[in-house]
Amino acid sequence: MRILALILQRIAWLVPTLAGLVAVVFFISRVIPADPVSKLAGETASRAQVELLRQKLGLDRPLLVQLADYYKQLLSGDLGTSLFTTRPVWDDLYARLPATIELTIVAMIIAVVIGIPLGVVSALYRNTIIDHLLRIITVAGLAVASFWLALVLQLYFAMDLGWLPLQARITGFPPPSITGFYIVDTLVEGNFTRFGNVVAHLTLPAFTLAFPALATVVRFTRAGVLETLQKNFVVYQRAMGIPSGLIVWKYVLRNSLISTVTQIGLLFGILLAGAVVIETVFQWPGIGAYAFEAILQSDYAAVMGFTVYAGAVFGIVNLVVDISHAILDPRGAGA
Amino acid sequence: MSTAIDVLRKLLRDPAAAAGLLIILLLVLVAIFAPLLATHPEAIWDMNPRQRLLPPSDMYVFGTDRMGADIYSRILFGARITMVIASVAVGAALLIGVPIGLISGWTQNWLGEALMRVSDIFLAVPQIVLAIAISQTLGPSIENVILALSVTYWPWFTRLVHAEVRSLKNETFIEAAIALGVPTWRIILLHVLPNVASPIIVRTSIGMGFTILTASALGFLGLGAPPPAPEWGRMIAESREFLPQAWWYALAPGLAIFLVVMGFNLLGDGLRDVLDPRIRRAGARR
Repeated sequence: MRILALILQRIAWLVPTLAGLVAVVFFISRVIPADPVSKLAGETASRAQVELLRQKLGLDRPLLVQLADYYKQLLSGDLGTSLFTTRPVWDDLYARLPATIELTIVAMIIAVVIGIPLGVVSALYRNTIIDHLLRIITVAGLAVASFWLALVLQLYFAMDLGWLPLQARITGFPPPSITGFYIVDTLVEGNFTRFGNVVAHLTLPAFTLAFPALATVVRFTRAGVLETLQKNFVVYQRAMGIPSGLIVWKYVLRNSLISTVTQIGLLFGILLAGAVVIETVFQWPGIGAYAFEAILQSDYAAVMGFTVYAGAVFGIVNLVVDISHAILDPRGAGA
Repeated sequence: MSTAIDVLRKLLRDPAAAAGLLIILLLVLVAIFAPLLATHPEAIWDMNPRQRLLPPSDMYVFGTDRMGADIYSRILFGARITMVIASVAVGAALLIGVPIGLISGWTQNWLGEALMRVSDIFLAVPQIVLAIAISQTLGPSIENVILALSVTYWPWFTRLVHAEVRSLKNETFIEAAIALGVPTWRIILLHVLPNVASPIIVRTSIGMGFTILTASALGFLGLGAPPPAPEWGRMIAESREFLPQAWWYALAPGLAIFLVVMGFNLLGDGLRDVLDPRIRRAGARR
């Protein structure tokens, strides 16, 4: 019951937060000098033509009326129409979503699968050479500019050695669209050469995106394991003669992962923020690159659509994380 | 004052924190003395087509860029832009975020609640998404980057201070002060604020690093200081056209960003260990 109450309370908070976010972005994007209507109408358009277009788009009405309309439109599930692609924003986002999800999931897997064991090793060999080396790498992971890392990796692995492709998702035509995830689609197609091609295209962007998240996972796991190692039950298990490998990789790890789970929300934030920059560098056709293009063209509807969408996804991920934390660790649920 | 010296002494005993402090000191010195340290200070703004895209040599330590300017000299002047953006943006975020956190943590009524909900709105998307939207709509300039970064960073201070103040309010010495009839503003300024100073200082150091990274990303995306300015992120963006031949072009600016952000992160970690013994070196960044 308490968990149900928590879920309802958090959902109730999410809605006004998103409404506020919409209002903030709305005012930011419209109070501003840049005028998309004249850009859209083209250089040769007369003043009257520009005004006509402005009326047609409803941009001549008071801001609050426009905002109220936008809320109404959102409630009916419509994110608006992009001024430049002239397609519904939702369709644009939907078409580009699989690319971003694929990239983000692979990056998340890299961060977790490599990060957790490294964090455990770092804690077990505390203050040895291994620990110092791993900590230097994690500090570096949080300090390096992702776009620069991307360029360096492109320079070395793509341009210099020629081992990996420079950018994009695949060479040649995309696979038949079944799930939209090229990894899955090429496998369904049964074409392993193309599957390898997709994996090769994914490697550089996914690793670049994963690097700061990986560093965060290592730090949290290390801290969590160090804390759990001092608990009484570990001392007891040691005294009982349970093999230390079993203690560490089963009992200690399970207990320290609780704190790592709560960080998935943070990781997701790092990955989503990184996606905007990384997708632009690697010409990855996802929603991050879409948002950046939309911003450059003052495409209100697309910018708003992306922000609302990102806010909703971010909010829901944090909600799910909080709920799973409450279930995994009921001790903290009341707080 | 003696506590500040004490903290400094403990910091210098930690090699990582001492390294961080050294890097930041170096950055400040470089920013101040850029005109003296630069080997080609005059070549920051001018075009020298004949020295275009030269590899590193004795004359040009980090090579030259597409305008024929010395990259080493540009990096030094870029340190000024980086320092100004980061310190003004984080300073403004402090000035907005800390008072709001103090008020909302102390009052715990509808006002405090409303202020926290407003800060939640800004935390509802990753910082860079809002920062890109703001700096694009305002137009590319250093002032607008600073504005975009401070508008999106203050909630981190608010949230931190809010949580600290709430737990402090239940402490006996605060209750005693209230019972003695000490004016509220006096309690907040003289008893609460000094007790939340440590986490604020730690967050400021880590926030400087984080802000420098975000600012350079904005510069890279073309939303920072306009073209001739030696902004590190923009220099990296410019280099893309000339890869792989001019491999040195992006090298120095990227290393500069890396070194400086690492400096602030190391100092932040060290400060956390010294100032707040409860928390060990854990993960939370930003």
